[in-house]
Amino acid sequence: MESLLESIRVFSSETSPLDFYLVLQNWSLFWKGLQNTLLLLVLSLIAGGLLAVPLAIIRATRVPILNPIAYGFIYFVRGTPLLVQLYVIYYGLSQFEAVRDSAAWVILREPWWCALIAFSIGTAAYTAEIFRGAIEDTPRGEVEATIAAGMSRVLAYRRIILPSAFRRALPAYGNEVIFNLHTTVIASTVTVIDVLGAARTFNNKYYLAYEGFITAALIFIAIVFVITRVFNLMERRMLRHLVRA
Amino acid sequence: MFKTLGKMTAISLLAAVSAGAANAQDVIRFATEAAYPPFNERAADGSIVGWEIDLGQAMCAHMKRECEFVAQDWDGMIPGLLSNRFDGIFASMTITEERKQRIDFTDKYYQSPARFVSKDGVALDRSAADLGGLKVGAIAGVTECYLNKFHPDADIAIYRSSEDMFLDLQSGRLDAILSESVQADFGLIRENPDAGFAFRGEPALDAGCFGAGIGIGVRKEDGDLRASLNDAIAAVRADGTYDALVEKYFGYDIYGE
Repeated sequence: MESLLESIRVFSSETSPLDFYLVLQNWSLFWKGLQNTLLLLVLSLIAGGLLAVPLAIIRATRVPILNPIAYGFIYFVRGTPLLVQLYVIYYGLSQFEAVRDSAAWVILREPWWCALIAFSIGTAAYTAEIFRGAIEDTPRGEVEATIAAGMSRVLAYRRIILPSAFRRALPAYGNEVIFNLHTTVIASTVTVIDVLGAARTFNNKYYLAYEGFITAALIFIAIVFVITRVFNLMERRMLRHLVRA
Repeated sequence: MFKTLGKMTAISLLAAVSAGAANAQDVIRFATEAAYPPFNERAADGSIVGWEIDLGQAMCAHMKRECEFVAQDWDGMIPGLLSNRFDGIFASMTITEERKQRIDFTDKYYQSPARFVSKDGVALDRSAADLGGLKVGAIAGVTECYLNKFHPDADIAIYRSSEDMFLDLQSGRLDAILSESVQADFGLIRENPDAGFAFRGEPALDAGCFGAGIGIGVRKEDGDLRASLNDAIAAVRADGTYDALVEKYFGYDIYGE
């Protein structure tokens, strides 16, 4: 271990134009950033996903009254930049004394929670539209089969239509997950130390832009590699029936 | 016919440009943003006023030269100077190594120090490495550098703009901030007279973090102008004119160490 560190130090000072030894010395900063980025990504995907499923069903089945509300929500979220939404939640709400005096302030005063809320709402809207499309694309034969088998609508959705739709939505959803990973860097604009925030802090400390930002880029590439592998595996398992022999 | 008209326009434009080029022997032209009160701003009648304008005129009185201030957008400051549209950038421009590669600077004429600001009743402990456990806001790379150096255990939040940091101090997300003092004074303390914001303790000074201060930018070939501006800065500081202007606009030191 010692000799590995030493060889990195020698490589950084003598061969490489970039000082990666300094990055290693600040590993705890980037580790903290990685934790925040991953936590924000995973938790917002869970919260957003839980919100997206009912929204997608409401939209696909055109539930009266709820459908226009769901559509309005999705339209609003997709119609405004995430940065603006985060600023409204973070700086906008804190302007009101009623908000600052309310119980919600315990959560809203924390930049980390504001970022999580904004990301969850954002990914919920986009994911809902992906799921809606997949539900509407259910082959007629599958729907007719549920009717022929005498399933109730709820049972048909639970057993046939939703699982089939989720499988079809998988490639598009994988894209949304990667997209969501990259949008988490917006958290650094409200003082959260995510991977980009760590790189910025590093840059402010040593005035070494390349070292910090290249490290951040490598971290993102590594995360995306894992995400694409996971989705590839899932697609191979769940979409086996669609693979051409 | 249009060709001739085009040529004539081109010629008259050329004439206008060369007439606009400043001649070192007559009026000295300083560029200002006219948008950074109280250093420089537009008065209701459209004229450019402010502490820098008063200081500049006092310096020119010493140099026995006539001076005028012209408004210029920030992005065009250095290009405008290099293309002779004016002779000096008198616009709160920080002296940096990057800028020094293209232009020269006079000695600093001010360097308002960073100071802590908090609401009344907040116990800020300047002697503690964690500042007494408070959540403290800092500006990326500048006051952040000072906190890392002198209060390494402090719980800090880093901001890119002072306005965002002021908002979080007002909402109570931050207990205190370390901010450039004039911005904190005019952007926060005077804007909210009833909120109980005030400077806490002595200014935070550190040449390593806060740089070389603010100087007048001049062309590299104008060494004479630079020398006489330096003499004028020293003169107004020595004869009390400088202090009187500082007292009139600010009421506290903005020269720094």
